[in-house]
Amino acid sequence: MFAAGRRKHWSSKNVITSGARDMSKNRRIDIEEISGITVVKLLEKKILDEANIEELGKELFGLVETSGRRKLILEFSDVEYLSSAALGKLITLHKKVVAAKGKLVLCGIPKEILEVFKITQLDRILTICADLDGAIAKF
Amino acid sequence: MVEPKHFETQIPSCMTDGLSVQETLIGLMEAFEYSLRDVFAMRLSLEEAITNAIRHGNQLDPQKTVQICCRIDDQRMEVVVTDEGAGFKPEEVPDPTLDEFIERPCGRGLMLMRAYLSRCEYSEGGRRITMVRQRNSPLPILGDQVANG
Repeated sequence: MFAAGRRKHWSSKNVITSGARDMSKNRRIDIEEISGITVVKLLEKKILDEANIEELGKELFGLVETSGRRKLILEFSDVEYLSSAALGKLITLHKKVVAAKGKLVLCGIPKEILEVFKITQLDRILTICADLDGAIAKF
Repeated sequence: MVEPKHFETQIPSCMTDGLSVQETLIGLMEAFEYSLRDVFAMRLSLEEAITNAIRHGNQLDPQKTVQICCRIDDQRMEVVVTDEGAGFKPEEVPDPTLDEFIERPCGRGLMLMRAYLSRCEYSEGGRRITMVRQRNSPLPILGDQVANG
């Protein structure tokens, strides 16, 4: 999915990769560290199921509340569907990051999903970039 | 021309059953070769309507059920979702884009359905929602698209 140029960009940095996994479920996120920025790639195509969204929320909140990460990028390029319940988790994550005096940037959002952010006007309060390079440049 | 199809079911107040019905209805849209855009709009709307019926309508009460009726042809898809809850007044749901509500984590489902559906109407005191998506509908129309004519 990543363009060759971007992969080169990633590999030139200090990158630590790990996956967050619930033992009984599919992996929901991949986490990479790029120059002190935590890049979280959302792996699920459909973020619709409430129980799944709840678990995803816990994993994302844990990055801020437990792991103490302050610079977060969420990468959406694999996401095809997103419900309003998932939007709610993103808003709560945004609040937690701001409360911790950190920054959250969203990137790689497919056109259809971007419309959801525009309709709900969440693009007013969330920082959204077209791609990962643009998101990294926000820090 | 494919013959219209009718699908009707009743599910318990269980999210897993709700998702299963969604998949069935999306399968019908795919069988009628609706566009990805139409499927996106209807999947999003079905998720919001069925979740609302189970969670907010029936309050996850296992004794209560949600009825889902669908009629689809090559021009439109209509889905009616009915719960057994206390109902609500859609006009009292606050606009989630207002400054005082924009950071609330909930309350956007109704707005999304209205944006994506050709028809989105509540009846039976808020216990029933009728959703229609016309084939190849241009919805949602975003503000910047309106501004650009």
